Amino acid sequence: MAFDSLREFFNMGGYAFYVWLSYGFSALVLIILAINSNGMEKQIFQQIKQRLKREEKLKQAALRRKEGK
Amino acid sequence: MWKWLHPYANPEVSYHFTGKLIPWFSAISVILLVFGLGLALAFSPADYQQGESVRIFYLHVPAAMLSMGIYLGMAIAALTALVWQMKLAEASIAALAPIGATFTAIALLTGAAWGKPMWGTWWIWDARLTSELILLFLYLGVIALQNAFEDKSLAGKAASVLAIVGVVNLPIIHYSVEWWNTLHQGATVSKFEKPSMSTDMFIPFIVCFFGFSFLVARIFGERFRAEIIARNSMRPWVKTLVLEQEKTNGV
Repeated sequence: MAFDSLREFFNMGGYAFYVWLSYGFSALVLIILAINSNGMEKQIFQQIKQRLKREEKLKQAALRRKEGK
Repeated sequence: MWKWLHPYANPEVSYHFTGKLIPWFSAISVILLVFGLGLALAFSPADYQQGESVRIFYLHVPAAMLSMGIYLGMAIAALTALVWQMKLAEASIAALAPIGATFTAIALLTGAAWGKPMWGTWWIWDARLTSELILLFLYLGVIALQNAFEDKSLAGKAASVLAIVGVVNLPIIHYSVEWWNTLHQGATVSKFEKPSMSTDMFIPFIVCFFGFSFLVARIFGERFRAEIIARNSMRPWVKTLVLEQEKTNGV
């Protein structure tokens, strides 16, 4: 262990602001990237699902029109 | 000789193969990062000159190395996309660019936060810092081109050309500390001799580096899969996949 107490650990030998700024920023952007990447596929699935539904509706409408004639 | 590669040029096979790898990449990256960052923050020794501020090194150097490595990978994919017209290569460019941009931003910010206490300034327009900033702009340019066209294959071509042209920046970043006078120190790790640092600093560094690398692999896997789906949304196999997923989720 490089530190004797938890307070010293958080103090980082007087460089607390710079060290924790670096670790905090890195964690933040990586978490945002991970969440964004995780949701990407679901979002695209949703779009495809909507498109398939729309196509299905159009097909049904076309069928009805044909039968109506 | 290259026959074993051919099945992976099939988007459906690649999609499922990547899906199988993702949990492994996740697990390995979590284990390595917990271990590596723990060592880096609490157990590695303070530097005799820089004190505890040296702990920024374990983020800064892996992020900077990955920012360049990801760019090289993206440029190779771009060449493959242009020469062999491989659609999967275009998908991987689109998947890699945001990851590379994130790591470049981390390298720049941790560098600034390290520069302030050590050099006395957050930023200086010297060769290393400026060329790394240009790398960020190259990534942003690739992302912008990727989204500038409605037609995905046209967008992929435009982004590929920029990615390939931008490769000229990589040797400039790497050798900038030798070619020009700069505040930035020379290479400690990425050189042909033995790394010039003690073992109890090198071990946390290398563990963090591989931890971040596997994190990149995992995030790339997810984005790559999403890009494959987006580019193949008209294919029957994607339709079946979407319908199956709807069934299991129970709408």
